[in-house]
Amino acid sequence: MEENLMNKVCELLLIGGSAGSLEVLFKLLPLLRADLPFPVALVLHRRNSADSSLSNLLASKTLNPTHEVEDKEAIVPGTIYLTPADYHLLIEHDRTFSLDYSEKVHFSRPSIDVTFESAAEVYGSKLVAILLSGANEDGTSGLVAVKQVGGTAVVQNPETAQMPFMPHNAMMHSQVDHVFDTMQMAAFINSLA
Amino acid sequence: MIEEEDIDLLLNDLFDLYGYDFTRYSRASLKRRVVRLCSLDKFPSFAELRYRVRNDPSYLKRFVEEVTVNVTEMFRDPSFYKSLREEVLPVLGTKPFIRVWHAGCSTGEEVYSMAILLREANLLRRSLLYATDLNPSVLEKVRKGIFPLALMKQYSESYITSGGTNDFSSYYTAQYGQAKFNAELSEKIIISTHNLVSDSSFNEFDLILCRNVLIYFDKELQDRVLKLFDASLGTLGYLALGTKETLKFSGVQNKFKQLNREKIWKKIS
Repeated sequence: MEENLMNKVCELLLIGGSAGSLEVLFKLLPLLRADLPFPVALVLHRRNSADSSLSNLLASKTLNPTHEVEDKEAIVPGTIYLTPADYHLLIEHDRTFSLDYSEKVHFSRPSIDVTFESAAEVYGSKLVAILLSGANEDGTSGLVAVKQVGGTAVVQNPETAQMPFMPHNAMMHSQVDHVFDTMQMAAFINSLA
Repeated sequence: MIEEEDIDLLLNDLFDLYGYDFTRYSRASLKRRVVRLCSLDKFPSFAELRYRVRNDPSYLKRFVEEVTVNVTEMFRDPSFYKSLREEVLPVLGTKPFIRVWHAGCSTGEEVYSMAILLREANLLRRSLLYATDLNPSVLEKVRKGIFPLALMKQYSESYITSGGTNDFSSYYTAQYGQAKFNAELSEKIIISTHNLVSDSSFNEFDLILCRNVLIYFDKELQDRVLKLFDASLGTLGYLALGTKETLKFSGVQNKFKQLNREKIWKKIS
């Protein structure tokens, strides 16, 4: 594990969360270094409304530029991307985002599984995916896909999660590399290169 | 596991045998839909799906229907419809005749929403709504104007948020769990198959709506389709896209001016 913490190559960091995950992000984002050498994409279950207040709120917690994804936008290191409400987020081989308005998955759009599975195909072992608090089984199949291609799977320690079901379900059904609380998560992310 | 090369083979078959060109569709979304169809129709492997598509023309219809996304709703993004009511329709109302094109209309929920707006602005009598899609089967649903009754509560709320003041249920008749929209609306809707990839402009319009269709195309195809819309709009016509779609960085960007925060552009040259 110590080895993994050091210089693990990351070309994309995905963070998926549902109920109880915003509190974690509000604590986590200010702890991250200001010049992240990889892009970060957030896939959060949220109320279905198009208002942009959440991205402004998240942006206020970090020095890394943060905004909602636009369709076919290029994925740039050092940027934190928020999946827009009511769209699935997919990743193309040329490392651009595609938005998708197809059927909900696990009653969710965006679905964490959809993004994790899509990114696994493109980034393979250079993908790091973190699953936070939630009361839904979304994210588990996604982490399985991440492990299948040799990526790194991290879950929030269910004991520290407001809604432990989601990270716990992932631990039951997928191989998981790390189980972290918020402070450990921040140290881990800052150690990625 | 389906490889990229498999998708290439399938797309070549579809073009060579049937003339459907999906090569410039967003690959991530298309591949996901193909994987989903393999599992829905229980093909043991990708090769079996490909064999079926190649050898069973009757399966093609299902394939195209399932690989394209047909999810839509009435009055989605109410603030968008509010802007149509307050800023676009008053201008269109100065014209003797109004032509609206819903490009990639799917099952027609947006077309009926638009017909309701036009009726409430007293413009429906002199309007025609052209509803086109590449799937003939979804167009059959537009023609019938029948949608699940269970969704009407949500649609009614969106309608009210969009500035609607009537009783939403006055626009349909409820029967056997379905809501059939009034003939007064459907008789103004003209239905036709049209493929944005391969078909050309067929009329001149005052307003074109194409929302959450371009996201399924790559940049180059998006640009081509936007040129097609430009060629199909009269001077000072309007173009409306989905909330996460844009004219920015496209070849026709300079010919349009965005109205406000909503994704509505006015053709200025």
